[in-house]
Amino acid sequence: MAITKLHEMHKRRKSRNVGLGLVLVTFVGLILALTVVKVTTTDLAPLGGAEAAE
Amino acid sequence: MTDASIIADPDHDADFGDFFALLKPRVMSLVVFTALVGLIVAPGTVHPFVAFFSILCIAIGGGASGALNMWYDADIDRVMKRTKGRPIPAGKVTEGEALAIGITLSAFAVIMLGLASNWVAAGLLAFTIFFYAVVYTMWLKRSTPQNIVIGGAAGAFPPMIGWAVVTGDITITSTLMFALTFMWTPPHFWALALFMNSDYDKAKVPMLPVTHGTRSTRNHILVYTLLLALTAGALLFTPIAGLVYLVAFAVMNALFIIGAVKIWRRDDAASKADNFKAERSFFKLSLAYLFAHFSALMIDAMLSGVFDGMGFKGLF
Repeated sequence: MAITKLHEMHKRRKSRNVGLGLVLVTFVGLILALTVVKVTTTDLAPLGGAEAAE
Repeated sequence: MTDASIIADPDHDADFGDFFALLKPRVMSLVVFTALVGLIVAPGTVHPFVAFFSILCIAIGGGASGALNMWYDADIDRVMKRTKGRPIPAGKVTEGEALAIGITLSAFAVIMLGLASNWVAAGLLAFTIFFYAVVYTMWLKRSTPQNIVIGGAAGAFPPMIGWAVVTGDITITSTLMFALTFMWTPPHFWALALFMNSDYDKAKVPMLPVTHGTRSTRNHILVYTLLLALTAGALLFTPIAGLVYLVAFAVMNALFIIGAVKIWRRDDAASKADNFKAERSFFKLSLAYLFAHFSALMIDAMLSGVFDGMGFKGLF
């Protein structure tokens, strides 16, 4: 038996809450993937060169 | 509205789909398609994930401007048969929610596009949203029968943005892709307005058939269809047009001009007699017209290696 009673409002809003949750999870995944792509494809040679010169 | 009324009012609760409908998914699909073509035909390369993410940002930006349009136009959407099922007139989403979603997603889309690709593309997207929400929706739509002519620019920017994602600039070729959609919009919407005339009349939106009559609208459709053919032809002289585009251009413009002439030769009595058959088929053809031109450009880009050997890659 659940320790809290689910309000009827939660049932009504389930669709938008689940939808928003999926959107947020997708957003985090997209930003992670974009970060990986940017880090792995950006040419950091000038930075490495400058460090090597010091 | 009190907290109690929010909890007690089941009619107010929108599904996730109602919020998604604010983004005008059908318009968004056109935006995605034309932006994708702009991105594919542009010279140069971009990482596939950056391309995907950029297209997503352009789609969200286009959707956000749709939400802003629904927020501002809620009063006339309630009157028109075509739009009264939209989330705000249907009572599913409040005007304030639509405004908040529109502004938030606009800012999100522009900033993320700038970070993912470049700020030229992001600037074009910001201008597109501004043009659709402010110039078209708030200013032109209710004030001039030329609303659709100038306002059509908003829907024409996506291929330019897609191009800018790859190249970071604006060129004659990308401007001509813009011009193709820009010139296509008036005959497309005026054909719709001819058989949805009463809707716009009720909402007091100054569409051409309402302000200048259907005879003038039929003339305008023909003139703009001829100008559209010239614009589509101009793309033949750019490096992105190939043999497939030449065929699509020849076939679709011939059909479109024939359709426009049919509409021009008819009067209201003839149209009402067959329930606007020619106007309806011209409207459907207009959808195929744009799809065929942009698809052809995309196919030409994919086959460019084949046609390079044949010496046909743009007439100049």
